[in-house]
Amino acid sequence: MSDRVRLTVFGVSLAGLLALLVWGLAGLPDFGDFQGAYGQLLNRVAVPERSTTDVVTAVNFDYRGFDTLGEEFILFAAVIGVASILRTLRGERIRRPDDDAAGRHVPETSLLVRVTGLGLVAPTILVGIYIVAHGHQTPGGGFQGGVILATALLLIYLSADYMTMRAVGPTWLIELAEGLGAAGFALIGVGGLVFGTAFFENFLGKGTPGELPSAGTIPLSNTAVGLAVTGGFVFMLSEFLQQALTHRRVHHHRRGGARRAS
Amino acid sequence: MSFLPYAVAVWIVGVGLYGIVTSRDLVHLVICLSVMQSASYLVLLSIGYVKDASAPVFADVPGGTRAVDPVVQALTLTDVVVGTTVTALLLALSVQAHKRYGTLDPRRLRPGRATRRHG
Repeated sequence: MSDRVRLTVFGVSLAGLLALLVWGLAGLPDFGDFQGAYGQLLNRVAVPERSTTDVVTAVNFDYRGFDTLGEEFILFAAVIGVASILRTLRGERIRRPDDDAAGRHVPETSLLVRVTGLGLVAPTILVGIYIVAHGHQTPGGGFQGGVILATALLLIYLSADYMTMRAVGPTWLIELAEGLGAAGFALIGVGGLVFGTAFFENFLGKGTPGELPSAGTIPLSNTAVGLAVTGGFVFMLSEFLQQALTHRRVHHHRRGGARRAS
Repeated sequence: MSFLPYAVAVWIVGVGLYGIVTSRDLVHLVICLSVMQSASYLVLLSIGYVKDASAPVFADVPGGTRAVDPVVQALTLTDVVVGTTVTALLLALSVQAHKRYGTLDPRRLRPGRATRRHG
């Protein structure tokens, strides 16, 4: 299909889609004038009922905990998906990690990047743990904090090298975090069945709203999800890094030119 | 200007789609898809917005303060997670497409045109 035909077909479809979008959006409540019954109810009852000052977290990890379990396992499935798509293929071999793409020389990491990167590792971990631990009080939680924690390992790669990153976060540790987190979150749900009456029912003491140990199972759920998300993201990042650094085809592309010495 | 957030969302969908259709690089295409999806975050958060209301976090405001809708904000979190996983999977597929076809240009990806290997 030529570019002109492609753009014409696209233009017509886009006009149709935009018309439908505008039509759909026109039926929505006016901006700033939403009267969601559930939201208003939750804003009223979440703090006294669950001792959670962050209502979004109360929704995610308590009122709608079952749904968040599914969300957590979407991430889990994606991690498995990335791992199986990026498996070592036939005709590929693993070699020593090498920070350069074919025909490209990558300069040494500068001292400034090293110092800044390594200096940021500890604060990043601290912020990550803080965001996970205070998810039931202020905006944050396992998903957000987990991504921040995974960044810490990426900073180690940025300022040192791949092998150092693998030494700090070896595969067994990453897989353990991912597995423990995902299983832990599901078990907290089962705990509601065992000690209470329903899946994901809060079965621990609720404490005083605003204190760090409060809100029953919600901080535990956040910790489990934080572990799983950290593990999942680090796992996916190292899969991609492996593709760039250690996987090489033994045979070359036809247009690839001369065989490169490795 | 009560329609402005929705207009921005429509615009983001439009530019994202345009990027996808005209893309010459799979990585660029995946990023365009993420851009397009971010419109759904905007729509969700705009729906739940309430004028002159605080965030649904009652850590330093008394309970009963008018707050925006927490349900759509929780949905946005799900949306972000789904977006991340889709991006990760598509990027992984792009890596393998590049290995197989030696190019990331979607127009040069043709079934059966995989680069042959030297024997």
